[in-house]
Amino acid sequence: MTATPNSSTGSILFRQVLEIFVLLGFVSAFTILVMVLTGAPPLAACYHLFMGSLGSWVKFSHVVKAWIPLTLCACGLLFTFRIGLWNIGVEGQLIMGSVFATWVLRMGMERPGDGSFWLTAALAASVIGGAVWAGIAGFLKTKGGVNEIFAGLGLNFVAQAVVLWLIFGPWKQPGVASMSGTETFPVPLWLQVAPALRISTAALLIAASALVLTGFLLGCTRVGLRLKAVGSNPFAAVLFGLRPDLLMFVAMLFAGGFAGIAGNLQVTSIYHRLIPSISSNYGYLGLLVVMLANYNIWLIAPVALFFACLNVGSIQLPMMLQLDSSLGGVIQGALVLATLGVHAWRKTKNTGNEP
Amino acid sequence: MIDFDISLIVAGVIAGAAPLVLATIGETLTEKSGLINLSLDGSILLAAMAAFVIALKMESLLAGFAAGALVGATAAAVVAMFGIFLGQNQVAVGFVMTLMTRDLAYFIGNPYSRIQGFHTAPMPVPLLEQLPFAGVVLFNHHLPVYLSIVLTGACWWYIYRTSPGLKLQAVGENPKAAHARGINPRRVQLLYAVCGGILVGLAGATFSLCTKPGWGRPQGAEGIGWIALALVIFGGWHPVKAAAGAYLFSILQVLGIFLQEWLPTIPSQVFQVAPFPLMIFTLLIMSFGQNPSIQRRAEKRKWAAQLLRFFSNMAPAGLGRSYRPD
Repeated sequence: MTATPNSSTGSILFRQVLEIFVLLGFVSAFTILVMVLTGAPPLAACYHLFMGSLGSWVKFSHVVKAWIPLTLCACGLLFTFRIGLWNIGVEGQLIMGSVFATWVLRMGMERPGDGSFWLTAALAASVIGGAVWAGIAGFLKTKGGVNEIFAGLGLNFVAQAVVLWLIFGPWKQPGVASMSGTETFPVPLWLQVAPALRISTAALLIAASALVLTGFLLGCTRVGLRLKAVGSNPFAAVLFGLRPDLLMFVAMLFAGGFAGIAGNLQVTSIYHRLIPSISSNYGYLGLLVVMLANYNIWLIAPVALFFACLNVGSIQLPMMLQLDSSLGGVIQGALVLATLGVHAWRKTKNTGNEP
Repeated sequence: MIDFDISLIVAGVIAGAAPLVLATIGETLTEKSGLINLSLDGSILLAAMAAFVIALKMESLLAGFAAGALVGATAAAVVAMFGIFLGQNQVAVGFVMTLMTRDLAYFIGNPYSRIQGFHTAPMPVPLLEQLPFAGVVLFNHHLPVYLSIVLTGACWWYIYRTSPGLKLQAVGENPKAAHARGINPRRVQLLYAVCGGILVGLAGATFSLCTKPGWGRPQGAEGIGWIALALVIFGGWHPVKAAAGAYLFSILQVLGIFLQEWLPTIPSQVFQVAPFPLMIFTLLIMSFGQNPSIQRRAEKRKWAAQLLRFFSNMAPAGLGRSYRPD
């Protein structure tokens, strides 16, 4: 993106501030309009959204629990976006991470002993599970010529069906199978929670290192540079001796691996079993996070935190105001849509002609 | 075992498929022009909600269907405006719209959950309904069901047999060439996005006013938009084949009910996944069909050649890429 010759630093700053105001103005106006349509009190809803997410440490610990998988998925997605792939299959990759983790932990349930061994094994398995699912989409894309969006979307539903089949079939609870999921694991197979924090430090550490690793790999290594080269111009990349198909496959494996870890943590630190809605839609939301962060690694953590606040705060709405909890999703969607609009507007300003 | 009448089952399959048929032909129409409207799954729900609520408030089914169509058209227009005129990724905008419209539907529709509302009544076609088998199967349905059957044929005729239909295909295949022939590709794409959106909205309205009357979370229309997107591909962007896919899916759902009795351990949701592997398989075969070495190898085996020929329907060449005039 090139700046026009007459634009100084001051005017760029002015425009950015203006953009943010336009964005927030649009989103608030839209949200208030929706609430007025429903007859909901906007101020009270905002208050409960805020207090429900940041009002107490207990509530904030729930926010962090949502932030962890969102951040992991977003990190993985940076790899695929960098090379120009739209990895909508991240949702299924997360689900398969959960499935593989559950599979290993079920083995651990039969052989009591060291919990940390089984948890480590489950972590490795979930990386493989996510990567395999992403690998299938990557293979279909690079060798089969199937668009990664449709392959990923299809595999998401297959993964969801696998979960349902497992819960009602081979892994059903002793007695009767139910939507409440598989049998709960014994406590040694839970990721330990620091009592003072109410958050699993291991999970937090994993998410933080994922951010650092992603930043390092994409910013400071050849792999990152090559992904970017193919993403910017696949034809030129071939002339420089790069293999776009191989790099696409690698990017998919990274995305799947990170999503798989997110799925693992859903099992080991949140639900302690496999449930039908194990993904909590964090894969799809991760896509929104990356889009709102404008594919910028530095913005992933704060944007994911904001999304997590909206998700957790919304849970208060049905109890307090008899509203549906989907308000958080409405705000998230409106924000991303408005951001896309602002990007388009910025493009017109920079090129100076009709978009 | 239930004493079942085959004509009633076939009639049930046709009636059950109606919203899905409407959505698939709507999306086929849009994608033929080269635009992907990925927002289907959410906009069907929002249209279903709007249709139910407006029908309730205005005490008019017609107003309900109109509201559904308007919502579908608006959602499609947003995707089209961002994709065509603002130069944003169509898939990205469609995806955001899917999630947002779904949440909007749940949020706005919340006060109307589980309320007794309006629904369509059966409208048997006089005289024809007395035909022995066809009477029950084809001529004893609700209005939207007739609409789904008629529109499938009309859509095929429009795309392949009329002059504006050929223009639509031209824009989807090669917007630049179409432009050179004096067609405005952006205007055509916007037009068919809205037309497709209207059908998608009608599909939503059919859900909440006819197929599964009422509103709630979940409504029962969840996931149907994704299935429609898969069926458009499975049908090779051909309205009649896509509609056939929708009927196949409806048959599968009915079969699922019977299979449930024999295989109680498998939840019925598992059977509903079938369109997605089929979609991937279709895309794979289509892609293989373009590969000369595979074509040559397939010539030697009769079944392989037939398979490639069956799936030889190519996607509109300009699909998913926004046209930018120079």
